[in-house]
Amino acid sequence: MQAESPDFPGRVKTEDTGQDAARIVIASDPMAVRQGLAALFESLLLRRLDDANRGKAEIVLAEALNNIVEHAYADGSGEIELTIRLNSRGLNCRIVDQGAPMPKGALPRGQLAPADDLPEGGFGWYLIRTLSEDLSYSRIEGQNQLTFRLTTEQSPA
Amino acid sequence: MNLSAQPGPNALVIHVNEDRIDAAGAIQFKERMRELVAGSEPRVLLDLSQVAFLDSSGLGAVVAVLKMMGPDRKLELAGLTHTVEKVFRLTRMDTIFCIHHNLPEGLSRAS
Repeated sequence: MQAESPDFPGRVKTEDTGQDAARIVIASDPMAVRQGLAALFESLLLRRLDDANRGKAEIVLAEALNNIVEHAYADGSGEIELTIRLNSRGLNCRIVDQGAPMPKGALPRGQLAPADDLPEGGFGWYLIRTLSEDLSYSRIEGQNQLTFRLTTEQSPA
Repeated sequence: MNLSAQPGPNALVIHVNEDRIDAAGAIQFKERMRELVAGSEPRVLLDLSQVAFLDSSGLGAVVAVLKMMGPDRKLELAGLTHTVEKVFRLTRMDTIFCIHHNLPEGLSRAS
């Protein structure tokens, strides 16, 4: 099944790629990220998660996608492909783009500035690193690939 | 970005009538807040009860508004939903803001 966002035709494509997987392809802009996430979280796959796990997934996916828009595609535009697969170990996520590589080929450490300094940024990688497992980045044939897993714990009753 | 301001007994209440403050809306949020808090009374209570999602850009915008208001005024928050509360807590920004469980609680406490 494919669907296109009515407001941004052609800018968000979603696909249910089977019972346990879903994929979105979006243009590299913040509005497409918002709409792509909305479409993804409407999918049958993500409706299977409880609210806490959906919230966690939305935080991490939004940060990862917006980082690509702001940094990898800072000097241009392109597409971002997000594939998610749900299994017993959690939600396995893979994000691919053709933007600029990570500086020095590595992910930012994502350390928080002291709260008292009132930082207005630098939260993104901290949130990704705190909430995800098995975070990995590679640059292959002009593509960035970021993979991570979000454990789907049962919330305590 | 739909925000509405309502003068209360001991604070200016600003309702965020949006379900998210994210990278696509953070700048508009900051600009609209700048207009609403211009010349406001010393205490501003931001009602986030309709905001289901806030990302790091949204969080940065809320911090920017706090700084914009300067040392003589206060920005307090009320009605954080589950995911928004989680972002504030994980980034330790919950230690910077006075956060009320809900709007009536915020209004009943003059600070």
